[in-house]
Amino acid sequence: MKQVLGDRKSILILIGPALLVYTLVMLVPVVWSLGYTLFEGNAIIGFQFVGLDNFARMLTDARVHEALWFTIRYAIVITIGQVFFGYLLSLLYVFVLKKSSGIIRTLAFFPVVLPTVAVALMFQKMFEVAPQNGLVNEFLNLLGLESVDWFGNSGSAFLVIAIMDIWRSMGFYGVLLYAGLVDIPEDVLESARIDGASGWRLVRHIVLPLSLPVLLSSIIFSINGTLKVFDSILALTNGGPGTSTSPLTIYMFQTSFTYGEYGYGSSIALLLTLLCLVVTVFIFRSSRRDLTKG
Amino acid sequence: MMITLTTRSRRMLAVTAGAGIAALVLSGCGGGGGGASSSPDKFGVLINAENTEIPDVLAVLADKQCSTENETLPIDFESVPQTNLDQRLQLLAGQNALPVLFSAGNAPALTKTLAESGNVLDFEKALTDLDALDNIEPAAISTIESLYGGFNALPFEYNVEGIWYNKQLFADNGVTAPETWDDLVSAAETFNAAGLTPFSASGDQGWPITRLIGNYIFRTLGPDALQKVADGDAKLTDPEYVEAAQAIADLGAAGYFGQGVGSIDADTAANQFMNGSAAMYYMGSWTLSDFADAERNQIGEENIGFMPFPSVEGGEGDSSQLAANVGLPATFNAKSYDENVGSWLSCISENYGSTALADKQRVSGFKLNTPVEDVPPLTAEVQERISATDETVLWFEALFSTKATTTSQTNAAQLVTGDISAEEFMSLVQNDL
Repeated sequence: MKQVLGDRKSILILIGPALLVYTLVMLVPVVWSLGYTLFEGNAIIGFQFVGLDNFARMLTDARVHEALWFTIRYAIVITIGQVFFGYLLSLLYVFVLKKSSGIIRTLAFFPVVLPTVAVALMFQKMFEVAPQNGLVNEFLNLLGLESVDWFGNSGSAFLVIAIMDIWRSMGFYGVLLYAGLVDIPEDVLESARIDGASGWRLVRHIVLPLSLPVLLSSIIFSINGTLKVFDSILALTNGGPGTSTSPLTIYMFQTSFTYGEYGYGSSIALLLTLLCLVVTVFIFRSSRRDLTKG
Repeated sequence: MMITLTTRSRRMLAVTAGAGIAALVLSGCGGGGGGASSSPDKFGVLINAENTEIPDVLAVLADKQCSTENETLPIDFESVPQTNLDQRLQLLAGQNALPVLFSAGNAPALTKTLAESGNVLDFEKALTDLDALDNIEPAAISTIESLYGGFNALPFEYNVEGIWYNKQLFADNGVTAPETWDDLVSAAETFNAAGLTPFSASGDQGWPITRLIGNYIFRTLGPDALQKVADGDAKLTDPEYVEAAQAIADLGAAGYFGQGVGSIDADTAANQFMNGSAAMYYMGSWTLSDFADAERNQIGEENIGFMPFPSVEGGEGDSSQLAANVGLPATFNAKSYDENVGSWLSCISENYGSTALADKQRVSGFKLNTPVEDVPPLTAEVQERISATDETVLWFEALFSTKATTTSQTNAAQLVTGDISAEEFMSLVQNDL
């Protein structure tokens, strides 16, 4: 085996095909897309070299600022929601339901496997006001309250998006964090209990620090996913009302494919990539300290 | 050492060359995927999904008058939501894969771009060569030329736009068809007080609302008001233009579009009018086929009246200038045009007008080469109005870019729900012009 892996020809034969495919489907498009940032135009009218004009334009484009701000707000709110409720679910599985948590885990995980568009349509119907009231507005009417046009106002539209996306993915984080919690040695928990730690104190001083690595992974997972959100918002609000719930991805998509400005669209994509990179590096750096020490 | 380096270089060269060849092969597969740039083997038709009439009429033609053409080049339909149409056209054009016949883009600017890049047939030449130019109404050609800068699309529909109203509700509430803007607002107030929705409109689509802004601008500032904006001689943020957006925003603020206007789609808006819960409905004459559908239209075709957008007192335009358009025009791919496609074009131009009117009560820009009997009274009324109109106006976004059109239509609902002000709305659109 050592002889085979030590031979360069063998290495090339083994990894060559995969490397070639990876290069063609990943690296070439990425480099190509980077190249587009210096151009303006589209496949119909052709491309013109514009240097750094696209980046200069981004600095003054109010739509980019609005989309960037929405993306950040969305990522923060949804990440906190997903991981927080996911963590609560995992604590419920481990400490309350214990070995009989299977059915609840399955039910909480169920929305994860549903197609995003189906979930979005369901929420559209639930929060509908026209042509007829959805479930939520019917409930409000039952309480004697007026129907609300949930998708007619940017604030309420954001609220529905947040509820939907947190509900849709908290089951996934519940299972992910559950895997981390069951790894905590029972004897550590037992000794903490003997020392008098229980309830919140047990979670705060023992469970939380010991599950911090998996919690951190969850946060990185979540923040990267939420920064790149596209399908759920497109299906639920299509970025509206107006452009008030458009993240960078939707603006990038519109710029490239609807307005036919591939160069500018690629620049927005690059901004999003850098944002994901910076956030991930920042989270990693902040977690470098030894987690077992205060 | 020298030998080793050379061998390694050769290997690297071989790998690089292999990758390059593979890339070329793959990119070769990507370009011209549809293979439509040469003689096509089918008559591919891409139409926006909301437009069911063109496919229906073409299917009738394929079965009857154009059956010979259909045998040589079978018709093949594909649809795409109107909101995704421009995007799909740009992608297909980029891949050199546009079908033979396709809906022209939402924004006329896109069709101009496609024409400049050689993707759109010059109908002036093609129809002259086929000796079929006489099959198109000159008024429709003139509208198309003013929109696209050339005869670059076919008038599968020739529409006038205006306000359709429920005669029974007007009579019950003692309201006569408004002639001025003030009359219209006063009528809306009466219907609102009576618990009816004064205007049925789709905020989801946006354009039924921005059409009102455009019409108000034409009535107050004259038929060339939006041409001035396109030419840069005026701005949408000028006070007289903002006034138009404010007038429509005021209708929304008073609740005249009913609840949840932003969520109402085109079908729901039509249904609200046709089930008698809304008194007025701004729409083009393509809606006549909806009115003719007895299952959907519960108020009866005879109960529907048509009025042009009213004049605004003291304005430079007036209600005799009817808003007109060529519906959602469709065009032919110049790159796949050959003799067989030419036969189809000839057959369509000769028969579409009569078939559309007889089967779909649809007024098109094609001449009626076969007389059509029993035209419903409302359709006949629209035809009379078209022939009696000397001057027509376009619509709000007609001369805007794709980006400004999208911005206008996606923000329209916010304007009437009060989420953004009239100044903000006009400023957003102006910035994207």
